[in-house]
Amino acid sequence: MNVLFFGITKDIVGGSEISISDVAKPLNVAELKKRLIDSYPEFSKLNSLAVAVNSEYADDSVILTGNEEIAIIPPVSGG
Amino acid sequence: MKKVIEIVDEIDTAKVYAELSDANSGGICVFVGAVREFTNNEEVVALEFETYKTMALKEMEKIADTAMQKWSLNKVVMRHAVGEKGVEEPVVVVGASSAHRDACFEACRYLIDTLKETVPIWKKEKFKNKTVWVSAHP
Repeated sequence: MNVLFFGITKDIVGGSEISISDVAKPLNVAELKKRLIDSYPEFSKLNSLAVAVNSEYADDSVILTGNEEIAIIPPVSGG
Repeated sequence: MKKVIEIVDEIDTAKVYAELSDANSGGICVFVGAVREFTNNEEVVALEFETYKTMALKEMEKIADTAMQKWSLNKVVMRHAVGEKGVEEPVVVVGASSAHRDACFEACRYLIDTLKETVPIWKKEKFKNKTVWVSAHP
């Protein structure tokens, strides 16, 4: 499962994309977030942590099979 | 074209009037966001913007569509810059045109406020001796 990172999350993981292989699929968005927070405790200090699936915000119950475009969205700050 | 939605490297603020001008519009309202020199009394050298472009464009389309419907706008522009921007450089332009001024004033405020809440664009403040991702931490 490939995951894209932006903004501060890119700095935390040290790259714009990582492949997560050691997860049981399918899993939902909440489980992916927990997996990321376990691996990168810095994530738990952020104001918010959203997940986008196929470039749309996805809530915690959305199921991921690994074929989607998955992106981690830290607090946005445009404008 | 009724809607202009773009992520660009450089913003040309002179273009927006022609983009919003319309025979049915008696009012045109534009907001320009620019780089401010000081944040909490600390001197900012530059801001650096990055985006998740495919998603940002989709989210901006949704905001523009909602505003066009809600305020019966004739035209809408939403344009955001990416890359490094120095003090006084424009980073975002949003605007709307409508038959009367109330609609475009309200719509313009909605466009920029909602963009700041939902569009996946991130800003890093570069100070003389540190950099900070804006809004990342409480």
